[in-house]
Amino acid sequence: MKKKNTQKKKKWNNYLVVGLVMTGITLAIAIIGAFWTPYEATAMSASIKFAAPSLTHWFGTDNFGRDILSRVMEGVETTVVISILVVAASAIVGVLVGALTGYFGGLMDEIMMRITDAVNGFPSILLALVILSVLGSGVEKLILALAIAFCPSYIRIVRSEFIKYRDADFIARARLMGVGWVRILFVHILPNIFSTFLVSIVIGFNNAILAESGMSFLGIGVQPPAASLGKMLSDAQGYLSSAPWYALAPGLAIVWIVLGFSLLGEGIRRRNQ
Amino acid sequence: MKYICKKIITLIMTLFLVSVAAFLAFQVIPGDVVTSILGTEATPEMEEALREELGLNDPPVERYLNWVSGVLKGDLGVSYRYSKNMNERMPVAELIGDKLPVTLWLAAYSLILIIVISIPLGVLWARSKNHYLDAALNVISQTAMAVPAFFLGILVTYLFGIILKCFTPGGYVSYREDFAGFMHYLLFPAISIAIPKIAMTARFLRNSMLTEIRSDYVRTAYSKGCTDRRVMYTHVLRNALMPVVTFLGMIIAETIAGSIVVEQVFGLPGVGRLLISSISTRDFPVVEILVLYITSVVIIVYALIDILYRMIDPRISSK
Repeated sequence: MKKKNTQKKKKWNNYLVVGLVMTGITLAIAIIGAFWTPYEATAMSASIKFAAPSLTHWFGTDNFGRDILSRVMEGVETTVVISILVVAASAIVGVLVGALTGYFGGLMDEIMMRITDAVNGFPSILLALVILSVLGSGVEKLILALAIAFCPSYIRIVRSEFIKYRDADFIARARLMGVGWVRILFVHILPNIFSTFLVSIVIGFNNAILAESGMSFLGIGVQPPAASLGKMLSDAQGYLSSAPWYALAPGLAIVWIVLGFSLLGEGIRRRNQ
Repeated sequence: MKYICKKIITLIMTLFLVSVAAFLAFQVIPGDVVTSILGTEATPEMEEALREELGLNDPPVERYLNWVSGVLKGDLGVSYRYSKNMNERMPVAELIGDKLPVTLWLAAYSLILIIVISIPLGVLWARSKNHYLDAALNVISQTAMAVPAFFLGILVTYLFGIILKCFTPGGYVSYREDFAGFMHYLLFPAISIAIPKIAMTARFLRNSMLTEIRSDYVRTAYSKGCTDRRVMYTHVLRNALMPVVTFLGMIIAETIAGSIVVEQVFGLPGVGRLLISSISTRDFPVVEILVLYITSVVIIVYALIDILYRMIDPRISSK
């Protein structure tokens, strides 16, 4: 029965196709960047400082003569890895807390909702900034800060979905059959919310990438000499009139990644409808 | 009225919680504040004197109460890092005082741009019968939403500052010296903040209008003999703007956050830059006040939007 329904729905749409292709390319670049880059990303060379884009250096070189393409590839890898960890951590916490509070309700639910209410709508980059200022800087702290900042929105989404199913007939029947609550939460309800949750996970990637590159741009995210798209942009800003290509490659890379994820999210959302 | 009272009480409660959180967060940080100010070579006597001066010897609850009552009276405490006349500590209020207008003007400027451009654009988009125009706007808005404000700031600097020479990058003019020059310089950061938000808001309004167009009252209006224009502007737009009001509340919060990053790009001496530099120098009294301040603005904006929403849509209050 279920299969028939999915077959009837229009499986593909333009958003989904373009989003998948763009995100696929992003992930491919990230994976390649982890193992191979055209040049060593941190290799400096005084003789080729600020070389304009050419066949040997596709995107030119930066103020230390480092190959920008190699650094962008490595930056994409860093950004993708950080955002996967951030989204995974906050989504897992979101599912656990959202499932429990949504299903059981009660005082815990009230308290959690007040907290997420206060945090939600509060710009996540600001929240992450504050958390980071308490924790101090560093990549693992950046991941933690962003994960904490993103948790509340996942908690809310999962909670509202669990409330929807809490009183559904099939859950009441499962309960009558003596199914334990852990099984009800994660085997009976969780698969039903998957398609809705998937959209927020994809959108989460979007926000994580924007937040990470923003923080690195401000100098409190990924620390040099590691390549990060945000940090590259802030370095490039100082050489805008002499070497405008320096800013172009990392900036376009961010736009590409974010656009890919947002089209993918929109595509999945339309498919669900 | 009862609703507004209730709203104000929750508002005060939330602000109280935020103040506790802002204060507590900086009490648990690892590392001694005193050593970080004086360095490792200070004598124990010097450390003790500074600790006494900053009130660090008092119990946490007392320090919190002192801090909050100070804030309520307008005494925002003193900065750990900045000094005044060489030997006095700079009051946070003075430090923030001349930076606040820069950020507020920037946020207001961006918001005006967002509203003035996105609403006509959204209406135009919703009314466009041309398939190609619709598709073009779709692609442009999706792309614009994906550009982070700092990259946009760099692009704007390059295009308007370096190529077209409309302004001098980094040549910030203080609002005290030359207000017109200040507003001219501020236009470019405001554009950088506004473009992605314009795309979002126009898109949102367009979708909202397309939903409204399908409703029964639109058919009724047409069958009464209303002109297309009249139906669009007095019926559809009015209803479609309702959700946009809530959406704008979110946009305001994001605009404030966006200004933190964009201030950095354009070298604006605003609150955002102060926040970033205070975070990196661990100047916690300043960070505490800025967090409290930004949160208050966000919370109050949300509450106002909520109240406004009820005023323009009587159906909600009757529920």
